[in-house]
Amino acid sequence: MEAIVDRIIPPDAETPGGKDARCAVFIDRQLKGPYGSASGLYRLGPFMKGTKEQGPQSPLTPAELYRKGLAALDQYCKAKEAGKTFEQLSADQQDDTLKRIESGEIKFDSVDAQGFFSALLKDVPEGFFSDPIHGGNRDMVGWKMIGFPGIRYDYRDWIGRHNERYPYPPVSIAGRADWTPHKS
Amino acid sequence: MRSALTIAAALLALGAGTGSCLSGGLQDYAAVERGRYLAAAADCGSCHTVPGSGHPFGGGRPIETPFGILAAPNITPDRQTGIGAWTDDEFDAAVRHGRSRNGARLYPAMPFPYYSRMSRDEVKDIRAYLNTIEPVHNAVRVNRLPFPLDLRASMIVWDALYFRPGEFHPDASKSKEWNRGAYLVQGPEHCGACHTPKTFLGGDESSEPLQGYVLQGWTAPDITSGEGPLRDWSIEDVATYLKAGHNRNAAATGQMAEVVELSTSKLSDSDLKAIASYLKDVSGPAQASSSPPDKNVLTAGAAIYQDLCSACHRQDGKGVPNMFPNLAEAATVKAKDPTTVLRVILQGAQTVSTDREPTGPAMPAFGWQLDDAKVAAVATYVRDHFGKAPAVSASEVGKARTAEATRTN
Amino acid sequence: MSRKLPARDVVIIGLGWTGSILAYELADAGLDVIAIERGPWRNTATDYPPGYAADELRYRIRHELFLRPEQTTFTFRNKMNQTALPIRSWGAFMPPNGVGGGGVHWNAETWRFLPSDFVARTHLTQRYGAGFLPEDMTIQDWGVTYDDLEPHYDRFEYLCGTSGQAGNVKGKIVDGGNPFEGPRSRDYPNPAQQQPFGATLFAKAARELGYKPFPQPSGNMSRPYQNPLGVRLGPCTYCGFCEWFGCGNYSKASPQTTILPALLRKSNFSARDNSEVTRINLDASRKHATGVTFVDSDGTEWEQPADLVILAAYTIFNVQLLLLSNIGKPYDPKANSGVIGRNFTHQTISDVTSFFDPAKFIFNPFIASGAIGTCIDEFNGDNFDHGPHGFVGGGYMGQVQTNGRPIETAPVPPGTPLWGAQWKKAVKENYQSALKPGTGVHGSMYSYRDVYVDLDPTYKDRFDRPLARMTIDFHDNEIKQNKFLTDKFAEIFQAMGAKQVVKQYRKAPYDITKYQTTHLCGGAIMGTDPSTSALNRYLQSWDVPNLFVMGASAFPQNAGYNPTGTVAALAYWAAEAIRDKYLKNPGQLINA
Repeated sequence: MEAIVDRIIPPDAETPGGKDARCAVFIDRQLKGPYGSASGLYRLGPFMKGTKEQGPQSPLTPAELYRKGLAALDQYCKAKEAGKTFEQLSADQQDDTLKRIESGEIKFDSVDAQGFFSALLKDVPEGFFSDPIHGGNRDMVGWKMIGFPGIRYDYRDWIGRHNERYPYPPVSIAGRADWTPHKS
Repeated sequence: MRSALTIAAALLALGAGTGSCLSGGLQDYAAVERGRYLAAAADCGSCHTVPGSGHPFGGGRPIETPFGILAAPNITPDRQTGIGAWTDDEFDAAVRHGRSRNGARLYPAMPFPYYSRMSRDEVKDIRAYLNTIEPVHNAVRVNRLPFPLDLRASMIVWDALYFRPGEFHPDASKSKEWNRGAYLVQGPEHCGACHTPKTFLGGDESSEPLQGYVLQGWTAPDITSGEGPLRDWSIEDVATYLKAGHNRNAAATGQMAEVVELSTSKLSDSDLKAIASYLKDVSGPAQASSSPPDKNVLTAGAAIYQDLCSACHRQDGKGVPNMFPNLAEAATVKAKDPTTVLRVILQGAQTVSTDREPTGPAMPAFGWQLDDAKVAAVATYVRDHFGKAPAVSASEVGKARTAEATRTN
Repeated sequence: MSRKLPARDVVIIGLGWTGSILAYELADAGLDVIAIERGPWRNTATDYPPGYAADELRYRIRHELFLRPEQTTFTFRNKMNQTALPIRSWGAFMPPNGVGGGGVHWNAETWRFLPSDFVARTHLTQRYGAGFLPEDMTIQDWGVTYDDLEPHYDRFEYLCGTSGQAGNVKGKIVDGGNPFEGPRSRDYPNPAQQQPFGATLFAKAARELGYKPFPQPSGNMSRPYQNPLGVRLGPCTYCGFCEWFGCGNYSKASPQTTILPALLRKSNFSARDNSEVTRINLDASRKHATGVTFVDSDGTEWEQPADLVILAAYTIFNVQLLLLSNIGKPYDPKANSGVIGRNFTHQTISDVTSFFDPAKFIFNPFIASGAIGTCIDEFNGDNFDHGPHGFVGGGYMGQVQTNGRPIETAPVPPGTPLWGAQWKKAVKENYQSALKPGTGVHGSMYSYRDVYVDLDPTYKDRFDRPLARMTIDFHDNEIKQNKFLTDKFAEIFQAMGAKQVVKQYRKAPYDITKYQTTHLCGGAIMGTDPSTSALNRYLQSWDVPNLFVMGASAFPQNAGYNPTGTVAALAYWAAEAIRDKYLKNPGQLINA
């Protein structure tokens, strides 16, 4: 997972990538929780494949999808890349593999590869941009990248200040560094 | 609910040789109406009714005192477990002299030293009203104090030191309105019972009337004017607060919310103006200046305030009139004791809803989100920046958190 | 076996906007009222305080304030010859749940419909001829006029403290407001909200193009406000976590912030939460409702008898309950007969994303509110000559960007890969300098013979009752309408100096996975003819006179505006009819 998230959102000089931002931790926690078990969704059958417009109809929960998807990915890599797992490939090889899953060129036997990739495309950025209390967006690196202030609730002083950069550091539900008194 | 049973009980009581209660008659409408108003002014329900029980005045509500717990008795007309069999004289002795039916001394959780300012006729009217309440069968074990305080005889000393019986005497040099206000404050509303500092024996510090006290996990603030916290409040501010539970400066929560709901919101506008006029004439000392807090703590507190508090209280602390308190004018912010400030930050606070001001906004809890150091920082910032009140330490916050965890009110 | 509760005068199914409005009006009239709400109780400080309300993942992505599809959902298909499948996870719309209903998580965009919207068929036929309308378009006149509803629109706006700039006061056009709106009796109770940079640029460009832009009417308070019930709201702080979220500081109009504090002080009102009404019960004549049956959180079934039943459960739940209770003749699209389920509509939404020079533009998209924005109405309703264009209907359009929440708001120019280093770079470069209104073009959806609601033959809810089935697709009329509007919309962004303008037209088929507002309408429509409507002009059931059905389910077709203002105005209109007419003489109010 860490390898995947670091390709979906690679590190660069200014901003960490998915791995350092703890997107994998985020996804792991989400999959362990109600999202992973599809809790609250309509799970009664019969499960039938419909049109694209009718939305997801798979009985697989996200946790099952990830488990199968990751297993299938490693199985594919081991078979096609001289016994290496995805993690062991070079960054370029990883990117290439992901692109070919995205395009539909690579298919998995046990699970819909493109479906797995769609979930990644949704979940990894969520891990990068959601509040750090959910495990990702470590130290609000995602928010700092774009200049999003987080949960600060009062912008009355700023609604009329047009075309001006908003200067305050972001704050999450868990707070920010400035909430803790510095030691003299 | 009035039922046939009530009327029957009343008639029985009438026939049980209660001589002096015959004047006016138990069913005298005017007396019952006066009594209902006075019972509201005296706020009998705050102690004697368990909230939500549907049994007004049925007793059993635990009252927390610095010395232990007492449970308020059942004062419905039930003959076995209430006061249905009491004579009017016995009722008067309890309310105005602090003596129970068998002569035992009442603890001053029953504010008889204040009710003593009322007249006998007024207490009779309250009795007439209480006689119309549905009798509730509820035997209450009142005395839950630890030994030796549970020996009521210990009240002999207390009464000698602190009980000054006697009806209210108007001050001829003051207006009728002032005197009415003074009577209500010193008598039935017994404001000093919460708002006057106490000696170590739990009696009023008579030299510091209404200058604040901490009880039952809340700060009952200094409500004096002159140099005191209500210095900038007008008479109308005070009267509106008591009627509506909200005014342009502050909002009633905690125990005061109950006082507004059960007592002051039911008083007439003229009585509330009288109370306000009197209170605005009670001088109090200026706050003692406190040493300036640690700058780092203030900086952190200001950051927390900007992020979490300003959305309601505004960056300048002015809040929204009748909704979110103006932190520079709310008495509990300035109080020397930070109990209420810490409590509302940690647990949140539900303000009162009244007919005049139904909104009843609530402050959310922040105790889950902020650790002790952060609560101390924002509380210190708020108190220093808006109230010039002393700082709060992280360990004080820790103690408050622990105390609140075991609290039931 | 149901356990029977003591009878009440009124039982209200659902305690959202219309449930709260009716509860207050009828309790105020002295009736003994009980409201039964499927979802939980919700209050500001305990359910969405500022300390954690602004959690995009929890509320926007994981839908915490909405109905759980597991509790109930619908099935969906585009066409009658398809098999409908369950909506397993919400997408196209977000059904409310809990006290306050949609009023908790709406944007608070508070519009009135146009006078011509209420007489759509008559008006359009007169102007363009009957042949101009598609043969399978089933639009109808409502049975009420804008003038009937005007005092009730006013009432709702003053209940909510709607912040806006009037455009037509008693016939006099006022500069700065919407010149197309129907005449209103007075100004809005609060001035319009302050507008962010993007909205002011839009207004400038729109004016230069000859349009008359105006601030969107907003239920986010521009200042502290006390409404006629004595309830107070605080000022909006532009937090950018409005729609899909609860408001943390009492500044968004909702039942909680406008009605419930006053309603709860009435001793003749009570409510049950976490209790789902499963059936409206009828007597043997089947012309009189005896009350409702509901199931509580223990699974125990209860019967709540009442003399008057108000169905206020939201469009599609209203229709489902009528079908499950066998009230009214179910609509048969093939035979074109029956009324329950017909004239079902949604909204025709599209967007334009525009990219500006990051060196010159800083939009701060996170400083916003749910109903902020500047709009033009030149292309709504019949405000323009449709003759040359070959479609009817229209909508408002505006730079109505309500937020900059990062998971949803990562616009990148077309051609950017969906992931990787280039994607990350493009997100970073464009976040502050792109505009993405969201529901920028807000077009009408008219009604059609083959767009309707009925009961699904296969899929069931947790009580083993059939789910409601939606059959819905876009028709050429709306697709044409949307292309026309979107093109016009894009021109404005071009004029604002965008370096790239990307149009996202609404395309058929209707896609249940793409969010396009929760403005489901119709299915239990009002009208003048019982053979083509379920309700009379007072929202009273033609079949069961002691049943009134609130909500947008009454709309014969949807106009180019958010429906809540009209939903609430109809609720006040119906409440007045109940108080002034029905209670004095219970029975059918209209002899059709």
